[in-house]
Amino acid sequence: MKEMGSMLLRREAFSELAIGNTAIARAMIEAGVRVASSYPGSPTPEIAEALRSIKPADRPFYFEFSTNEKVATELAFGAAINGRLSVVFFKSVGLNVAADSFVQLPLMDISGGLVIILGDDPGANSSQNEQDNRHYAKLSYCPLFEPASAQEAYDMFKKAAALARELRSAVILRLTTHVCHAKERIRFDAWHPKPVDDRPLFDPDSSNYIPIASAVFPMKRRALERLERLRLRLPLLGFDRVVDHGNAKRGIITAGLPFASLMDALDSLPEGTAKPDLLKLGAVYPFDEKLVLSFLRAHEEVKIVEELDTLLETDIKALAYDAGLRCSIRGKADIDELMGECTPAKAKRVLEAAWPGLFPAAAPRPPVADLPPPRPAQMCPGCGHRSAFYAIKKALRPQDITVADIGCHTLGHLPPYEMGRVLLSMGHSTATASGLSLCNDSRRVLCFLGDSTFFHAGLPGIVNAVYNAHRVLLIVMENGTTAMTGHQDHPGTGKNFSGDALKLPIRAALEGLGVQNIREVDTYKQKELTAMVVEALDEPGFKVIIARHPCMLKFTREARRKPGWGARRVQIDQGSCDRNHECVERFACPTFQRDEDGRVTVSQDLCIGDGSCRQTCPASAIVPDA
Amino acid sequence: MKSDFNIYMSGVGGQGIGLLAELLARACDYAGLTPRGCDTHGLAQRGGMVTSHLRLGAAHSALVPEGEADLVVSLERTEALRAADAMLREGGSLVWYDACWQALDVRRGENLPVRAEQVLAAAVLRKASAFKVLRDDLPDSRMQNVAVVAEILKRGIVPGLERGHVEAAMADLMSGSTLEANIALVRA
Ligand SMILES: Cc1ncc(C[n+]2csc(CCOP(=O)(O)OP(=O)(O)O)c2C)c(N)n1
Repeated sequence: MKEMGSMLLRREAFSELAIGNTAIARAMIEAGVRVASSYPGSPTPEIAEALRSIKPADRPFYFEFSTNEKVATELAFGAAINGRLSVVFFKSVGLNVAADSFVQLPLMDISGGLVIILGDDPGANSSQNEQDNRHYAKLSYCPLFEPASAQEAYDMFKKAAALARELRSAVILRLTTHVCHAKERIRFDAWHPKPVDDRPLFDPDSSNYIPIASAVFPMKRRALERLERLRLRLPLLGFDRVVDHGNAKRGIITAGLPFASLMDALDSLPEGTAKPDLLKLGAVYPFDEKLVLSFLRAHEEVKIVEELDTLLETDIKALAYDAGLRCSIRGKADIDELMGECTPAKAKRVLEAAWPGLFPAAAPRPPVADLPPPRPAQMCPGCGHRSAFYAIKKALRPQDITVADIGCHTLGHLPPYEMGRVLLSMGHSTATASGLSLCNDSRRVLCFLGDSTFFHAGLPGIVNAVYNAHRVLLIVMENGTTAMTGHQDHPGTGKNFSGDALKLPIRAALEGLGVQNIREVDTYKQKELTAMVVEALDEPGFKVIIARHPCMLKFTREARRKPGWGARRVQIDQGSCDRNHECVERFACPTFQRDEDGRVTVSQDLCIGDGSCRQTCPASAIVPDA
Repeated sequence: MKSDFNIYMSGVGGQGIGLLAELLARACDYAGLTPRGCDTHGLAQRGGMVTSHLRLGAAHSALVPEGEADLVVSLERTEALRAADAMLREGGSLVWYDACWQALDVRRGENLPVRAEQVLAAAVLRKASAFKVLRDDLPDSRMQNVAVVAEILKRGIVPGLERGHVEAAMADLMSGSTLEANIALVRA
């Protein structure tokens, strides 16, 4: 069996099939990174999974999951101004959390160099929006580079890290979901570990680190000058690429993943069609203006294909205007071009809209009849969240308001539970619920919060609810892990990335924050939980119920690896089953299957035998498998 | 140059699409077929639809364009039908494991479960060859993904891919009794 950990530490050059995130982990090692930090979020957690495959004692640099993205960014910054080459990585919306500190980074003299890896998610594959984080680069004057493939992500990281160190600054490497997860055979260079120099180099006398009032201006000037210096060097960095098809009429300017989709779209053109030339930018902010201008001059019509917003389009049109160019520049044709991922099919549509008739009409494809509706995601068999939602729903009146938060338990908003009907961001629930409780005497308000999110961004809302005495019931859904993103530890689990750690019990944290009304229950004890909610909802002020059950996906995976493990299941006692269908319709564990004639059976593939369903059957027909 | 062969895999989160995709990608790599692929991660893993793309040859994007899969591999019947509609190329191949993981609408009695005949009819519509796999001799239901790979090998659906390549890929990914059981499955 191939071990990822030993692969990542190989000294000689080699090639291996790997995804972009794994390749980034190797690039970090080769580049001599000393400190890295993160908070989990798709599409980036596999970078940490790759690092985890290396035994703690063999890891060439320090890595931690911090409590949230802002903390992770500050940690990497601190290490970097002390001379360490540092990296922080997280998902797109993580930058909103980190923003207050992030926007200051370009003002700073960062001697070690700092690379911020952003996992943007065009297409909102696993995010609550598809925000285009290139805006943040412009907003803060932070350079941003963008690869189009896993191989390029690896190559570009190393160049970006060297540049960050040389410019003594922060730089962004913007990845997107299908660059992070793209798999190909990647050529890795040799790794020559350099002797580690861990002298603490922080020197507040040689450079000012306090940007207050007028002290901001020299710092801002330095940031802007750095960008200009970088712009002049771009031709030497080799981030950009021209694909010359010898077409003097039509050209395309693009960046990142859409490049691959466009190349596929152009490859599908019939033999003999004049293919537009392509300019692919790897350095996106700042970009190489000279290169862009010469591309515009060489073509009569240029279509700009960028995923999401119109950053390149706006800047390139301005550039062409100032240069007095006659080239016709085609930007986004409609709202659809501002949305979604630029897949090969979309790239075709976008080109066809710019140049009607470029592609031959596709043969019509007859659709398959009677297609099933899309399959919604759902909680796993045995999930403690399901047990909680089922029990809590029984305690509520139809007009009560339930507020969701982010995590596996967000899935409670779907039928049949329909618990948690409004969602903004991680940790929003207590404060949104507090607002809903104001000037409202008739509809009671209840909100949910996961345990990782509790520490990530949940605390300020709770403090506020205590401080301002909001009449809200908070249910902390404690499953002992950051489940949705792949079971990372958090401050409440007693483990960190390196091993055992101090455990911060949620109850103690709540008490420390001044919460006086706290209850605790295992979510499998449904009657108790229902009764608690009935009681607590009508009490004054701010109340918390810690609803606890270990994540059963994690639990079962771990149990399977232990010697002596045997599968457990429930079954339906067909003699007692009266087809009330509580199990399939309201408890709705995916294990229960319903025949065309209404008979219920238990899926042998899905059932884990947890038994949380047994109490829900009015006919007591769910029994342990003999 | 275009991709020489496109494979689209689908199933339900928890069925082992990740291992299937990694196994096929590695096997194709051993066969010198220049694989480029991509899993879909994220929310879908929690019991929703999971898909993976694998392209052989000179493709640039890792994503198989709609309607251009030469081979659709599904681990579940409903998802086989959906993939035949969206992804299967005319004249392609469809191999599916005939497990049925009902979605909520079926469990709540709003819709009837998909029948295997519907999948076969969809393959006819696409003028595709269809191969249903369903075995009662698997030591572990988590081996359904490898049972499907065995069928692909038996039918010689991926040009240039042979059993030795798959076994070499298995040796990269598994060890001990798991490896032995899975090798036995493709040799049988
Ligand atoms: C700012 C931000 N960072 C990260 C994420 C990614 N994310 C989605 S769900 C989730 C897990 C939350 O874990 P927890 O609160 O413990 O709930 P669980 O999934 O375990 O039920 C995370 C980190 C996000 N959506 N937003």
